Amino acid sequence: MASPAPGLEQRQPKHPMDAPGAPIIGPGHTFASVTEKIARITLTRKTPLFWLVGFLAAFGVLQLMLLAVVNLLFRGIGVWGPNVPVGWGFDIINFVWWIGIGHAGTLISAILLLLRQDWRTSINRFAEAMTLFAVACAGFYPIFHTGRPWVAFYWLLPYPNTMGLWPNFRSPLIWDVFAVSTYATASALFWFTGLIPDFATLRDRAKSRPWQYLYGFLAGGWRGSARHWHNYEMSYLLLAGLCTPLVVSVHTVVSFDFATGLVPGWHATIFPPYFVAGAVYAGFAMVLTLAIPLRRWYHLEDFITMRHLENMAKVMLTTGLVVFYGYVMEAFFAWYSSNTYERFMMWNRMFGPYWYMYWALIFCNGFVPQLLWSKRVRTSIGSLFAISMVVSVGMWLERYVIIVTSLHRDFLPSSWGMYSGTLYDWSAFIGSLGLFVTLLFLFVRFLPAITMFEMRMLLPGALVPHHGHPLPHSIEEEVR
Amino acid sequence: MSTETRIDLSQVRRRLDGQGGRRYWKSLEELAETPGFQSFLHREFPENASLWTGDAGGRRDFLRLMGASMALAGLTACTKQPPEKIVPYVRQPEGIVPGKPQFYATALNDHGYAKGVLVESHMGRPTKIEGNPEHPASLGGTDLYGQAAILALYDPDRSQNLLLEGEIRTWSQFTVALKAALDAQKALKGKGLRLLTEPITSPTLAAQVEALLAEHPEARWHQWEPAGRNSARVGAQLAFGQPVETRYHLDQADVVLSLDCDFVSEGPANVRHIRDFASRRRLQAGVEPNRLYVIEGSPSATGASADHKLVVKPSQVEGLARAVAAGLGLAVAGGSSDRAAFVAGLVKDLQAHAGRSLVLAGEGQPPAVHALAHAINEKLGNVGKTVTFSDPVEARPVDHLASLAELAADLKAGQVDVLIVIDANPVYSAPADLDFKAALDKARLRIHAGLYLDETGERCQWHVPLAHTLESWGDLRAWDGTATLVQPLIAPLYGSKSVHELLAACSGQAAKPGHDVVREHWQAQLGPEFEARWRQALHDGVVAGTAFAAKAVSVQPGAWAQAAPAAVSGMELVFRPDPSVGDGRWANSGWLQELPKAITKLTWDNAALMSPRTAEKLGVKVGSTSRGQSTELVELRYKGRSAKAPAWVVPGHPDDVVTLHLGYGRTRAGRVGDGLGVNASLLRTSDAAGFGGGLEVRATRQAYTLACTQDHWTMEAQDQVRARNLMRVVELEEYQRDPHKIAEEFAHHRPAKDLTLYPPDHKYEGNAWGLVVDLNACVGCNACVVACVAENNIPVVGKEQVAMGREMHWIRVDRYYEGDLDDPAVHHQPVLCMQCENAPCEMVCPVAATSHNEEGLNDMAYNRCVGTRYCSNNCPYKVRRFNFFLYQDWETPSLKLQRNPDVSVRSRGVMEKCTYCVQRINVARIEARGQDKPIKDGDIKTACEQACPAQAITFGDVNDPQSRVAQLKQQPRNYGLLEELGARPRTTYLAVVKNPNPEVSHG
Amino acid sequence: MSRPKTEIYGLLAEFDVPAEVVEAAEAVHAAGYRRIDAYSPYPIEALAEALHLGRSVMSKLVLGGALVGMAAGYGLCWWSSVVAYPMNISGKPFHSWPAFIVPTYETTILFACLTAVFGMLWVNKLTQPYHPLFNVPSFTMGASRDKFYVCVEADDPRFDRAGTRRFLESLKGVKLVSEVPH
Repeated sequence: MASPAPGLEQRQPKHPMDAPGAPIIGPGHTFASVTEKIARITLTRKTPLFWLVGFLAAFGVLQLMLLAVVNLLFRGIGVWGPNVPVGWGFDIINFVWWIGIGHAGTLISAILLLLRQDWRTSINRFAEAMTLFAVACAGFYPIFHTGRPWVAFYWLLPYPNTMGLWPNFRSPLIWDVFAVSTYATASALFWFTGLIPDFATLRDRAKSRPWQYLYGFLAGGWRGSARHWHNYEMSYLLLAGLCTPLVVSVHTVVSFDFATGLVPGWHATIFPPYFVAGAVYAGFAMVLTLAIPLRRWYHLEDFITMRHLENMAKVMLTTGLVVFYGYVMEAFFAWYSSNTYERFMMWNRMFGPYWYMYWALIFCNGFVPQLLWSKRVRTSIGSLFAISMVVSVGMWLERYVIIVTSLHRDFLPSSWGMYSGTLYDWSAFIGSLGLFVTLLFLFVRFLPAITMFEMRMLLPGALVPHHGHPLPHSIEEEVR
Repeated sequence: MSTETRIDLSQVRRRLDGQGGRRYWKSLEELAETPGFQSFLHREFPENASLWTGDAGGRRDFLRLMGASMALAGLTACTKQPPEKIVPYVRQPEGIVPGKPQFYATALNDHGYAKGVLVESHMGRPTKIEGNPEHPASLGGTDLYGQAAILALYDPDRSQNLLLEGEIRTWSQFTVALKAALDAQKALKGKGLRLLTEPITSPTLAAQVEALLAEHPEARWHQWEPAGRNSARVGAQLAFGQPVETRYHLDQADVVLSLDCDFVSEGPANVRHIRDFASRRRLQAGVEPNRLYVIEGSPSATGASADHKLVVKPSQVEGLARAVAAGLGLAVAGGSSDRAAFVAGLVKDLQAHAGRSLVLAGEGQPPAVHALAHAINEKLGNVGKTVTFSDPVEARPVDHLASLAELAADLKAGQVDVLIVIDANPVYSAPADLDFKAALDKARLRIHAGLYLDETGERCQWHVPLAHTLESWGDLRAWDGTATLVQPLIAPLYGSKSVHELLAACSGQAAKPGHDVVREHWQAQLGPEFEARWRQALHDGVVAGTAFAAKAVSVQPGAWAQAAPAAVSGMELVFRPDPSVGDGRWANSGWLQELPKAITKLTWDNAALMSPRTAEKLGVKVGSTSRGQSTELVELRYKGRSAKAPAWVVPGHPDDVVTLHLGYGRTRAGRVGDGLGVNASLLRTSDAAGFGGGLEVRATRQAYTLACTQDHWTMEAQDQVRARNLMRVVELEEYQRDPHKIAEEFAHHRPAKDLTLYPPDHKYEGNAWGLVVDLNACVGCNACVVACVAENNIPVVGKEQVAMGREMHWIRVDRYYEGDLDDPAVHHQPVLCMQCENAPCEMVCPVAATSHNEEGLNDMAYNRCVGTRYCSNNCPYKVRRFNFFLYQDWETPSLKLQRNPDVSVRSRGVMEKCTYCVQRINVARIEARGQDKPIKDGDIKTACEQACPAQAITFGDVNDPQSRVAQLKQQPRNYGLLEELGARPRTTYLAVVKNPNPEVSHG
Repeated sequence: MSRPKTEIYGLLAEFDVPAEVVEAAEAVHAAGYRRIDAYSPYPIEALAEALHLGRSVMSKLVLGGALVGMAAGYGLCWWSSVVAYPMNISGKPFHSWPAFIVPTYETTILFACLTAVFGMLWVNKLTQPYHPLFNVPSFTMGASRDKFYVCVEADDPRFDRAGTRRFLESLKGVKLVSEVPH
């Protein structure tokens, strides 16, 4: 992923749409051109070489996950690193990390939709895809981190059984089950709903019969009827409205895993807000990491413009500051509460055996993003790419610090211990990156990475004014 | 298996036909006559690797082996009452009631002495050992070895076949050879006959040995035990001019001085010592608290209980002992002048408590120190009050070092034709300077009898597997002389013979069952109405009125009084039996290997223990990683020999001294004990068995990993331990002045009951179980831990897993240091599940696998657990244990016999924890309901409580104001661990109350 | 479909410019045609107004779904931990309502989302693999790309194959009027 960065550097000045403050769609585009340009990516017969190479590489990495899982199932969860006192390690770190990354997708597509931020249009589709794939990666860990995955995957669900047993609804883990599965379902529905009109386009564009059948099946007979659009728009808006509180609740619930526990370093009321902010932060970092190469490889500079990148950078800066505030507050509470356990926990984070993790975290999430104050940095693709990478690492470190350094020295010094990931921890983690990228490659190849019907709406003259509905100013700019 | 030894199974089956399982083992012999079958026996637990390596007919071999194993089912997998009549403790077995255990009284052989026990038997299958309340050496308590003995019985590595040069032979073949050899010796009056045993207290065995010696007047009987009571023996000889048995009455002593004596671990009376000592640490009405001074040369459990601990080099102890003696006005020279202030205060205190004080000398110290202790006790008029004497309980007490040296000399001189070694392992444990291994080979005929085919056994032509104490008839005496009849709980698993049967064979009665031997001996002793008394004795576990009478002896002035202590120069090396595996006889016990050693908390290894200063001087660094404790090997050069051992830093260890525990470096212990640690006896010499000077230590910079369950950072974290009020320690003086001040101070950490969002919804009206641990009584002996392991089917996980922090113990003994790095106070704190009323573990479990029952127990439903480990994360006490792998041994048949049928055997991926022995609670409840009356206080004893020799653990119903536990919780020093968290633990602690002497300064 | 059989499905007028299709739709409605529909490659709110579609039922549907989800979620928590299998967990009351809020919250959203999507498909009578309009080549080429359409269906009482065609051809910006066979 890091490789394209230099290439991006050198092509940056060339492209007109990369000029600061550029509009959100290139000039001279028509309904047809937009449609063709986006649909071609999917419908072209010959698969680009870089796609094949990238896909195979990602698929290879995915096999590491297989290795980890096979070992885990045959030998036991002990092949991973956890112990007593550190009962959770990479498993839950990665879970929280992935879930967090997912958030940007929903945020971009739902919240920005409600806020009528039209610049979101060209990125929301693959942002949503990213959400789905991130949730898929995340979902792997809670199941396989248990001692008995073969029962865990359904015993946590409320289903009637002969023993008359039910899950414990007081447990944050059950809250997780509800939150994450709802999140996955809602995101999938939102994504699919958005795809229906585009499926119709592909159905009508597809050359070969099988593809026509496939896309036709998915489009379900969509024909752009005004009556359909009428209901469609309403339910799409409602979905957005529903996903907004959902996305906020999901990471709140994830943070409950810690906040409701009594472990010093977990038991903190500030967790929900700063987990949500952290999620958005990590999510936008990931969107940038993906958007930059994507626009380069598929020449989508007309649709993913510098304005998009800069806006995302601004969101990152904002959420980054919230997260940093969270870190400061944690330290302040520890000191101000003058609670023995809290104070020691904070001291141990900063100067204990894992001090380097903590300070690395502060560097990645606290200091590096401050560079985004400068417009020059915000509009330099290379540095944006680098910063978003650093932030992704930082967010992983944050979870490591929260989970490991809190547990490894908790209440009784007699039980203190140390933790480190094993070979299989790493292979499961890297393997999940492989899974994520594999899914993304499949997505950009077979589905429209940009929402065609919404792009059409951005074109000059696309919107027809009517009573009580003046054109949103952003569009007026475009029309002019 | 080579082809010529093949037999056809049908023939075997014909032999087996018509022979019921019960008598089947008797006919094993005829069966075994066929060599083919012997080789089946030989590979009775076949790891069939060789069979799959494609040798011709491998499959057929395999099938035949399976057949053989099935035939052997009658031998191992099922259990048989021995043919003779044995008598249950509680009631007559009118046929066993399935599911109802029975208890039989017997005794375990602890270094030759009796430890009276009750053995729990399920359907004729001994599963658990408890102390016998009627036995003087137990009074109901046991030590860790008493608890671990049950595992030794079922140890699959026990020797199972009678061997000649590694070839299987039969008992009759052996007895023929033995007779021939002994007959030849008779002609020479037994000139070339030598017998090597451990100390013998068994009256029957002693008589048998004497008889054998009578037949062979010039034969010699040697005794050897690497970590026995030699100094005590020789010291008593020195002091009184005759061998006497010393008995300490710690319950009578107000002031106790230990001269490097770890009386809670050492000797055949340690359980009783703990009981008596603890009886004076319990702060109750009518109990006058005692005061313990310890002068020690190596950290010990006893030192941890001290009110005043003086850490010195072991060689300095004698000087201080002489100084004390001199201070008391004894004509003793060589008293050292340093620590004068301490000695002065001590002497004053001793004098103030003349007749109510007690001085004990440790095994690690030379005989002279023991003599001094005797002299001091006599001077203080303690004799007859806190210390009494009796005739020796051992038959023919001898100086073991001298005895073994003599044997070695004879062997070297080639004067030994027949050497019979019974249960001793000199090849492993003999001091290096005797070079016993080489000497042994000089004996023409070497016969070894033992539980294991050990280092000595493998160098003897003949090896006779001995039956375990729980498999054989016999008798033993306790340290006070009380005799116990040893009755078998189960017929020998491998048809092995008992010592008595072996010696009977030596005197030509090869076929005589051990039962008859013992019975005949006691027929003479018990005289009229023998049957009744015999049955009574079996029933009680003691033979009434066999304790030895006290004996008046007086200290003889001798050279020892004047001789200055032997000058010891340079660094010193201390040899001590390992706190867990003793002198090595327990090396193959997984339970004990995995048991965190008192003080160091190391497992699976012995190490060169040294003080922080010494470590700094050597530049040795120890650290902690997620894969164990990192340290490095140091080379110990000592008296021309050298060995490498991992260094380990122990706060409170004397400087320039290295302690190396015995019992490691076994090469023929078994699959568990082989190749662990270093063998200290390779450095030990017969002239300095306890400790010696002139040690050189060199750091090698070779990394080594130790598995320690509790890190050195309990030292670093002292301020945290204090801030969190984990160990509450008060001084007796202030405690007595104003107990309520303490009570209030403790109480203000207790959050008010109404501090909750929820209305308190759950009342516990019926029984509400609770537990109290008296930290002042606890001596950290670890018996509770092993008892818990035995009771609850807790698996052994191995060094690597322990190093990763995955040990499975449900109860652990935490150790905290207090004070400065070089001489800290040490505190023990047994931690088990607190059964919190607002258990933090429960609410986080997604599947409700752990929840509260109506009696306030924090139940765990193993079958429901999916293993998220969230409960463990949220448990402030970290008492939950997780099966990261399949830790239980589901294969080894013999180990299956040990399992407690009332406790489920946990599998991979589930969490487990202490349940206050809920299986015992249920047994009592069913019993009580059956009789339609409430459960009485004391009806239920948890395994840890029952084992505890100090009676420091009390379990009971906190709803019953009369119960012991409720009473104890009323004490002002009662406090809950981490109470301020509001989890409302049902387990609470009674604070340590130290009783220092204001007049003693450690200068 | 229970509609009376007509020889064709209707008449389809094609437009290039969004604004013109909106005008056309208004004109057709003004002319008294009611069985009409418009087609566009992206949603045009003005079209819905032009056809006087009124307010979409989706919001009410989704609200219903949400309420059902809320009841189901809390009901499950309450019933299973108070009625079906009460357990003493951490000394908390059987009815630990604060803890039950979270699952309830999630089920509410879940049910609402499901209703929003499947409700929409249901209300729109999707999925519908076959539709007469797909018989019109230009429609399949343009409807999902860059063309806009107004369709007057044959079963409209005022429909008259010739008259209506003339009326449609008279509309501003109309590119082509084609018949939609069944």
